Amino acid sequence: MTRSGVVGWTLAAPALVVIAVFFAVPVVAGLALSLTDFDLYALADLSTLRFVGLDNYLRLLQTPLFWQALGNTLYFVAVGVPLSIALSLGAALLLSARVAKWQAFFRTALFAPVVTTVVAVAVIWRYLLHTRYGLINQALAALGVDPIDWLGDPHWSMPAIILFAAWKNFGYNMVILLAALQAVPRELYESARVDGAGALRQFTDVTFPLLTPTLAMVAIMTVAGYFQLFAEPYVMTQGGPLRSTVSVLYFMYEEGFRWWNLGFASTVAFVLFILIFAVSAALWRFDRDPTTRAC
Amino acid sequence: MRLREPASAARRKALRRLGAGTAVLTLGGCARRDDPEGPLHFWAMGREAEVVAELLPAFRARHPEIRVHVQQLPWTAAHEKLLTAYAGDSLPDLCQLGNTWLPELTALDALEPLDQRVAASGLARDDYFAGILDTNVMPTATGNRLFGLPWYVDTRVLFYRSDLLRASGQPRPPQSWAEWLAAMRAVRRRDARSYGVLLPLNEPDPLFALALQQGALLRDDDSRGAFAQPPFRRALAFYAGIFAEGLAPAMTNAQIANVWDEFARGLFAFYVSGPWNIGEFRRRLPRERQGDWATAPLPGPDGPGVSTAGGSSLVIFRRSQRKAAAWRLIEFLSEPATMQRFHALTGNLPPRRSAWRSPELADDVASQAFAEQLERVRAAPKLPEWERIFQEMQHAAERVVQRTQGLDAATTELDTWVDALLEKRRWLRARTLAAAGRR
Repeated sequence: MTRSGVVGWTLAAPALVVIAVFFAVPVVAGLALSLTDFDLYALADLSTLRFVGLDNYLRLLQTPLFWQALGNTLYFVAVGVPLSIALSLGAALLLSARVAKWQAFFRTALFAPVVTTVVAVAVIWRYLLHTRYGLINQALAALGVDPIDWLGDPHWSMPAIILFAAWKNFGYNMVILLAALQAVPRELYESARVDGAGALRQFTDVTFPLLTPTLAMVAIMTVAGYFQLFAEPYVMTQGGPLRSTVSVLYFMYEEGFRWWNLGFASTVAFVLFILIFAVSAALWRFDRDPTTRAC
Repeated sequence: MRLREPASAARRKALRRLGAGTAVLTLGGCARRDDPEGPLHFWAMGREAEVVAELLPAFRARHPEIRVHVQQLPWTAAHEKLLTAYAGDSLPDLCQLGNTWLPELTALDALEPLDQRVAASGLARDDYFAGILDTNVMPTATGNRLFGLPWYVDTRVLFYRSDLLRASGQPRPPQSWAEWLAAMRAVRRRDARSYGVLLPLNEPDPLFALALQQGALLRDDDSRGAFAQPPFRRALAFYAGIFAEGLAPAMTNAQIANVWDEFARGLFAFYVSGPWNIGEFRRRLPRERQGDWATAPLPGPDGPGVSTAGGSSLVIFRRSQRKAAAWRLIEFLSEPATMQRFHALTGNLPPRRSAWRSPELADDVASQAFAEQLERVRAAPKLPEWERIFQEMQHAAERVVQRTQGLDAATTELDTWVDALLEKRRWLRARTLAAAGRR
């Protein structure tokens, strides 16, 4: 090895060790676990552990609850991600508008949900969503809408969770988009105005194209995060009613920590990992194209 | 600038102190199980954990040398906390345990057998309701052993609207399935807005009680499902028939906003529920309805039937270093006088017949149905997978009630699912048999 090679490896070693211990080892152990039937009996007596090959994966694909959980998760991602990003973008545009007053205050206020704990705000949201006394239903009643049983009706439970998650998370993306917006050169808007572009044209032809790389990154991070839906249904609905808010991760948690089928739960974890990886990779490709076009 | 030095020195000192504090805390955490002077660690759940603190002064007066530290676990998280504590070797000395969880913790070999301690204390085993005590007896390699002592009991009986029954020409509560059906039909005939019974579709207990009356739900030494066999099919046919005839609304708990309001309004005449609802009915039903409800033992296929044997037990963990002290606390909590106080504080029903002699219980009309029912309760199958099978049984029943599947298909599918779930159990049994054969 060359001298510079040695120096390079030495400098990288601490980081590599950390990655190996906290990433590679758990991932490999998880993969190994997913090929076994580690369960309550194996916990009591390790000699009852059996290697089952791909049986867990085959069984998972035949488990109706897994498909239901996957459907619920896709519903959450498909509605939640666009809603959350639209909220972030809207809030960022409002904050960066030149007429906006009290900018620092609103920025902090809108970011606040991100730094609160899920469990604490879930309690408040459960009050807001309460069928009879909740603020949301009272507001709807003022508009003449009948009360909605948000967390008790299987049709409304997921929308309620989506609303909660979007409110909880949009502030984070908002801050990123705000930074990107402020990086857009003012001259571009000036020349667009000279060319006669109104506010809408300025947004579609200047702001949006220049925001695309940031938006793509925000989308990838949000999709990866939203696929791992867990805390919201865990505190708000425990997966109910009628399993309508069971997400893939919640399903994994139940298998692993309620029924203690750690082998099977690792299988779920791996399938979810592959899924998130595939979707992120697809989004990554989608991200490249407009950037190259812009160049 | 001048302040910088002392400030950072103070910070260093504070950090050092913090570090020392953490070390002490960590040591304290490690030492607690081995330290004979430390407090006894007792995990209890929900309301019981709050109430047990009020019972402890009397215990302290008798055993000043034993300090007790009660840790409250929420019911929803208790199960996973126990399993993770087992995996992390940080279980307490003793614990309140739902008696359906005993098979699981016995499979983990985490519990201490109590037979000898019970015998040495002179505790009368036959003072306990037999079916309830039986839920704590688990088969082991060396025969049946007692792993827990019942603390309070839970079973299912009928709550009913006596006025609606009388008005429909039914002077007394039903005792058999046929009488029950007749009573429900009479209520429905009298007023089409009333249902006979409320059986929430997400609650497995009522169907399970009916199934227990018919016979075994598992076969081959609890290693295969017997749901497609006649006993369970009879129970499910009766259960689903109630819905098919329109005598019960096909609803889950989530769809009934308030059971007590609906009961007071007369939406249904019968409700299958447990002891906690005695207190709830008294608290939540309007005053003018208080004379219109009563309880009765669960009807059986041909006369009074058995019901479920639930409740909580007190257990000692095998790894505890303070078993003698833990047993003193269990002894104290199991005394009839303590149980009576516990009942007064919580409404939980005691598992010992002698504790039922207090006027509060003996003169309480609503509790009498429970006293009678507790003489006829049957333990659930004793295997760690039971809780899961129990839930799946109700999913199958729900499909039959909603008519998305026939009774034949649902029960056969359930058996297939159960057989797959219990594959490991069969493998373990074969392995044990082979090992015994070699020896």
